[in-house]
Amino acid sequence: MYGWIWRHLPGPVLVRLLLALLLVLAVVAALFLWVFPAIAPYVPFNDQTVGAPS
Amino acid sequence: MSTLTDLRHDAHGEPPPRRHARRPRRSVGAAITGALGELLITAGVLLALFVVWQLWWTDVEGERSAEQAIEQFETDIPEVPDTVGQPRTGPPPEEVAPGEGEVFGTLYVPDWGADYRMPLAEGVDLATVLNDGRVGHYPETAMPGQVGNFAMAGHRQTYGKPFYAVDTLDEGDPVVVQTAQAWYVYTVTSHEIVRPDQVEVIAPVPGDPGADPTEAMLTMTSCHPLWSTAERYIVHAQLDYWLPLDEGYPAELEGAP
Repeated sequence: MYGWIWRHLPGPVLVRLLLALLLVLAVVAALFLWVFPAIAPYVPFNDQTVGAPS
Repeated sequence: MSTLTDLRHDAHGEPPPRRHARRPRRSVGAAITGALGELLITAGVLLALFVVWQLWWTDVEGERSAEQAIEQFETDIPEVPDTVGQPRTGPPPEEVAPGEGEVFGTLYVPDWGADYRMPLAEGVDLATVLNDGRVGHYPETAMPGQVGNFAMAGHRQTYGKPFYAVDTLDEGDPVVVQTAQAWYVYTVTSHEIVRPDQVEVIAPVPGDPGADPTEAMLTMTSCHPLWSTAERYIVHAQLDYWLPLDEGYPAELEGAP
């Protein structure tokens, strides 16, 4: 998978490195902003109240 | 992982002399194993990123959101004169329950530092209140200063961790609630560690669900032990006095912003 991405990035190695870095940053941002907040309620670390089912 | 050399590999003919020997074309089994390895590494990195997000980034976002909420709240309430007000012990002003998720006050705990303050919002919903850097007010419980039990919940860790130090509160420590009308100064009376289903701790008379309240109490609930949700750490406090916002601030907050 990663090899395939690397082969399909255009340009010399330096440009590819920068593009790969941008891709990684975009993925991390998407995870932090949307994916993790969406799945956090299903992870049982975060129940502070009494009464609510934990 | 396949490399550039794999693509150009020529199965026929002698490979040209090279410093590094060419790798032979990978078998199907090797390709599957390689892909599986990449998936496992990806899964590991994703889990590690989730931990970083949960333990660090939710605090960053929670603290920012809390600060914004307090600044917004302070523009909506009367100016507090820069003087220590006279405590009042008579009947406090009536506090009307706000809409779900609405910020209606600020919590000050002088023992947790002069700069400690957290927005108080209505409800204990995770997504809109507790995970947004707020301390949540159990909607069915009394409002600040009123007879009954003003009960609130807050994160012990992550999302701005408003109740991180909840286990450091001792008998006699002040807990101050500011609403749009008044300051309410409570004094900690006791703490207890209970199971998550013991809702009697937020009853109008804490611990006695059937009884009619005669005292204005405050209860904080958070999880316990730290980094666990197996139990709840509960702090009870009793109203000491109140003071209208336009007469100054309580002596307990002297030195705070």
